Amino acid sequence: MTAPELTIPDLEINRRLTVLPMQEYYTPGHRTCQGCESALVMRYMAKVAGPRTLVTGTTGCMYVANTSYNSTPWALPWAHTQLGSAGSSAVGTAAGLKALMRKGKIPDEPINVIAFCSDGGGGDMGLATLSAAMQDTRYNLLILLYDNESYANTDIQASGMTPWGAVTAFTPSGKQRRITHHRWKKNVPALLMAGHPTGRYFANTSSGFGMDLMEKVRTALDVGGPTFVQTHDPCPKGWDYDPRMSHELAVLAVECGITVLWDCLEGELRYQGLTRQQVEGKARRRPVADYLRRQGRFAHFADEDIDFFQSRIDEMWEDWILPGVLRVNQTPFGRFPRAASPPGNSEAPATPAAAVGGGRG
Amino acid sequence: MTTTQQTAPDAATAASGHEEIITGCDAVAQALRLLDVDVLAGYPIRPYDSVMTAVSKMIANGQMDAEFVIAESEHSQFEIGKHASLVGARAFIGSSGVGWMYGMEALVVTASLRLPVVALVGNRALDDPGAFGVEHNDALMVRDTGWLLYWVESAQEALDTTLLAYRVAEDKRVMLPCALSMDGAFLTHSQHIVQVPDAALVRRFVPPYDLGDRRFHPDNPVSIAPQFNEDWVMEARRQSDAAMRRARGVIAEATADFRRVFGREEEDPFVDAYRMDDAEYALLGMGTVGMVGKVAVDRMRAAGRKVGFVRIKWFRPFPRPELRSLLGTVKGVGIVDRDYSFGSNSHGGVLYTEVAAALYPEPRRPVIVPFIAGLGGREVSVDNMQEIEDVVEQVTARGEQDPTCRWIGVRGPQSDPRYDTGNLSEPAEGGARR
Repeated sequence: MTAPELTIPDLEINRRLTVLPMQEYYTPGHRTCQGCESALVMRYMAKVAGPRTLVTGTTGCMYVANTSYNSTPWALPWAHTQLGSAGSSAVGTAAGLKALMRKGKIPDEPINVIAFCSDGGGGDMGLATLSAAMQDTRYNLLILLYDNESYANTDIQASGMTPWGAVTAFTPSGKQRRITHHRWKKNVPALLMAGHPTGRYFANTSSGFGMDLMEKVRTALDVGGPTFVQTHDPCPKGWDYDPRMSHELAVLAVECGITVLWDCLEGELRYQGLTRQQVEGKARRRPVADYLRRQGRFAHFADEDIDFFQSRIDEMWEDWILPGVLRVNQTPFGRFPRAASPPGNSEAPATPAAAVGGGRG
Repeated sequence: MTTTQQTAPDAATAASGHEEIITGCDAVAQALRLLDVDVLAGYPIRPYDSVMTAVSKMIANGQMDAEFVIAESEHSQFEIGKHASLVGARAFIGSSGVGWMYGMEALVVTASLRLPVVALVGNRALDDPGAFGVEHNDALMVRDTGWLLYWVESAQEALDTTLLAYRVAEDKRVMLPCALSMDGAFLTHSQHIVQVPDAALVRRFVPPYDLGDRRFHPDNPVSIAPQFNEDWVMEARRQSDAAMRRARGVIAEATADFRRVFGREEEDPFVDAYRMDDAEYALLGMGTVGMVGKVAVDRMRAAGRKVGFVRIKWFRPFPRPELRSLLGTVKGVGIVDRDYSFGSNSHGGVLYTEVAAALYPEPRRPVIVPFIAGLGGREVSVDNMQEIEDVVEQVTARGEQDPTCRWIGVRGPQSDPRYDTGNLSEPAEGGARR
């Protein structure tokens, strides 16, 4: 066996990674669940970031399960930050480095600053800090949002990025109300991309597509400035499936068109891999039922719920101005088609009875 | 707004520094320039924010080299300061009133992470209703968390204490954040003659910030703040406690050094005792109430009353030994709280509870009378202070402790059974509201 690469070779931006280092900077010794895809994302992220990197991480699975005292998996410097502080920890770290380097208090060298957060920490509580970080072009930083679609460490509560209808600890399916999670999943990467024209790089990827993920992390770090990468990470505990199926579910989500592999470098939108084939009409999207039916959190779905879910996904591919990315319906001027309504809500979505959704009558 | 005086670069200033007429906030800004602070995080709220206005102007004019980050909330502001401090940058933050509260989580972790961030609290009443005026409840909210707390009285003291704060906070034996409290409006925005020292002297007094083996840098791959529970938390708390205990000695040492380096007069590091030598009665408070208190003491002394004033400077660590020796010999003491602690012991303020507890173990203790005054920026006048002293002497003359808290300068009856018992159907004693 040849000696492992000691450093990451210089990579041209956007070129596919052809050589990966053998070194791991996220190592065994953590307590994440069997089949945890987010731990895999951490490993990919650390691998391509390399040793000249500082990582901060918000409270969540990747804090509590990862870094028990005396058993840290991080071979990189890592620091905890509060749940809503991904953006501010990155800015504070980068600002500190910049001041110290400019004043000659530490050697001037490129150091990667990465802050990771979860869907709850980044998509809900810390969203304002992500927004502020994406605006501050003085600093080189990457925010990585690992989206496992619930507050998984606190016993699976719905976040703003939990899929519509899913059962969580706070959104059970009951005898009166079949569906109690009424919010459609928040689209954070597109939200950040659309609202922050000075952000250098925004990307959406998936734990099931390791090469795509690593390429996007590396691209973000190479282009510099404020950058954002989101990953879609199946979670056996939160989604209720056999841990063996984690990778398959991540791939299925892309095949069904639910997770979209895209990035936007300096304002240029591109699709990758399977998603690109779907956009170009070379691959068909699988029915979302293939994805939903494999997870316990959707086991209560009636056919009409699946139909509704499918219609929303169809709309995102057929009507959105940027398919799968940005919702502005492509309609002739003056026509305003209605988006599909959730089951049971079609008549009067504003009434209290209907607003609870799911319940029939 | 008062504009900051444009100070000349170091080379042109006199070796002994110079004098300026500046506000309390501007005085802190001058100190930050002299300290070569690396990262400042700001978020607007009155009245503290004029320190950030002054600093941003100095940066724009090339008088100071620092990263000034405008955060999108106080929580982020304090997190930015915390993380900048973690990479080894000297950091400064600040806030007022509910802004300080908004960032509470970040304040707590800054203290428990033992990061020597320095903050300015321009004391302001908490909402609701919205009010700009001073109350000390904002800064007092962190009193149990491991923040060093200081209340200044003048712009000069604000500048001096900012230097002292970094020196003490960054000392290896301490490594705790320090919040400097300054009465909103009364001091943040009033001008004083301030002696601005020379930068070379400041560099001599405050050595460069060194976080040592906790520095967050690729050369030092550490994991900061991993999760631990009942197996280690208690030991970590005990370490913070030990640091706070050690802070007393470090403060005394740094204050002595400060006087030597800058050639200032002798004074107690922890309390400001005014005409206490032969005092039979004492009034006690924090912040600008000290100025009024001293004038009132002068006036009462002229009338033959043996009164002194004690101003607490360091609230954390609390100056129990000083209070013991100062108040152990007086007959009565009136505690003037510019804060409240509803439902607390005797319904008094925070300061009362702390002072009463500090004096309890003493074999001979004075009659201690709690007062609440000057809330929401209401003026505490010299007459108010005399009124307080009158009550203290009356209570003391009765020969026993009477911890009934009196509100000074409040409209309505001092004590109304209808209010205080909740029996609103009974008519008020003496008829209508006074």
